[in-house]
Amino acid sequence: MIGLEAVYVLVGAMFIAFAISHVLDRAWRSALFWGCFAVLMIGGSWQPDLANGALVLVLALLATMGLRARPATVAAGPIPSLGNRVFAPALVVPTVTLLGTFLLPFVKVHGSPLIETKQVTLASLALGAIVGLGWAMHLLRVPISTAMNEGRRLIDAIGWAAVLPQMLAALGGIFAAAGVGKVVAMLATTYIPMNVPLVAVVVFTTGMAMFTIIMGNAFAAFPVMAAGIGLPLIVGKFGGDPVIMSSVGMLSGFCGTLLTPMAANFNIVPAAVLELKDRNAVIKVQAPTAFLLLFANTVIMALFVFHR
Amino acid sequence: MLVLLGIAVVIFGFALRFNPLLVVAVAAIVTGLAAHIDLLGVVAMLGKAFVANRFIAIAWLVLPVIGLLERGGIRERARALILKLQGATAGRVLTAYLLIRQLTAMLGLTALGGHVQMVRPVIAPMAEAAAEKIVPLDHATRDNIRANAAAVDNIGVFFGEDVFVAIGSVLLIKGFLEQNGILVTPPQLAVWAIPTAILAFLIHATRLWLLDRRLARRAVG
Repeated sequence: MIGLEAVYVLVGAMFIAFAISHVLDRAWRSALFWGCFAVLMIGGSWQPDLANGALVLVLALLATMGLRARPATVAAGPIPSLGNRVFAPALVVPTVTLLGTFLLPFVKVHGSPLIETKQVTLASLALGAIVGLGWAMHLLRVPISTAMNEGRRLIDAIGWAAVLPQMLAALGGIFAAAGVGKVVAMLATTYIPMNVPLVAVVVFTTGMAMFTIIMGNAFAAFPVMAAGIGLPLIVGKFGGDPVIMSSVGMLSGFCGTLLTPMAANFNIVPAAVLELKDRNAVIKVQAPTAFLLLFANTVIMALFVFHR
Repeated sequence: MLVLLGIAVVIFGFALRFNPLLVVAVAAIVTGLAAHIDLLGVVAMLGKAFVANRFIAIAWLVLPVIGLLERGGIRERARALILKLQGATAGRVLTAYLLIRQLTAMLGLTALGGHVQMVRPVIAPMAEAAAEKIVPLDHATRDNIRANAAAVDNIGVFFGEDVFVAIGSVLLIKGFLEQNGILVTPPQLAVWAIPTAILAFLIHATRLWLLDRRLARRAVG
């Protein structure tokens, strides 16, 4: 059975290639940053937790000092014009990912699945990236070193933001271990009087959004808010429908996701990927839609949740 | 109560524009210390949690292929396609992508899209090219159109995927309710994501139409 560990080694190898490219250009901080990240990817499961934690702190310090990436000094050789064929590898990546997601669960070796079911999507994504890369290299007739230099060009544009989603997920884990969610829910339920059904609905939907803004993730907010307000009050005390409470409640949380830098992979990373000057530009564009939809979700829940 | 200090660190750290990696690392340490874990223990916890979330980094494997396609001229081809298309505006390009993203997400095809794979090489250049047909873009306007392209990708997938029965959030809800003795089926939950999905499209398509109007007014003025 192929676990994700093999994919992590592949990701780590790619970041080592980026780091080597930085060394060749004497961009030392970038080389060290991506080198440390590669070590975490490859060795994470075997190194002691404390060593991993120290490496994470090194990443944070280097990012604070500034990575000082500089443009790669590669002689840009001539690349043949492809016309619209250039889109083909870009489409192959999601196609292979989707096919893999559907078909890989059926691939069995000696009666046991080749890839663990929970990890099929991620393994398929890696497969899609590899097939797409192979095709693009074939079409453009370039070696892997050129591909790695182009990848490095993109990671330089993205910078430390590439590591932020993982860092925030780690923070989420520590928040959970320290019981932050429970404390917030307790505060919300203790200090807001909810004797009227409509008030309970408003507190629940806006609470889902606010809690998601803090945690960066509606999945983390839902169990806490639903256990604190949704089930005991909306469903239990006022006789609301648990299906509508849950479904619309989760979507209210998604409105919060649109508003928070804590949801870095949706909001901060794309600003870096698109090389925007303002780190919060994507959030600012999303904000009016998020507020209108949160209002709409509150109205939907208020209108329908109590009619069974 | 003290464990909430970590949240305060995050809010002030982000507001004062410290490097987010540093802010998050400090917030993690503060939260751990507030929960009476010693310093080395917190650092180890941070390392363990970071390593446990390595799956997030798998998405970066697409960087070399996308970078290579950019060298091969994918952004220029995307622009050329839009320039040939009569009546294409930035707002219409993005509305079309919003619709496609929502509909495919409803079928569970969330892999079609994404900021690195789709928005940067294809969608953003298309929207920029369409806008440039009517008005030359200054730096701020170009950034605004790019931010809009990223936003459409998010809104499309967020308010499409919950209509699909086997997506993570629907299964999470089902599991949560089950633990509390309430049995529901995924289709029941998915149906109640449809009104919000429709409203999300209507609200955001209207805002994109307003974006077109702003761009057109600038062209005249």
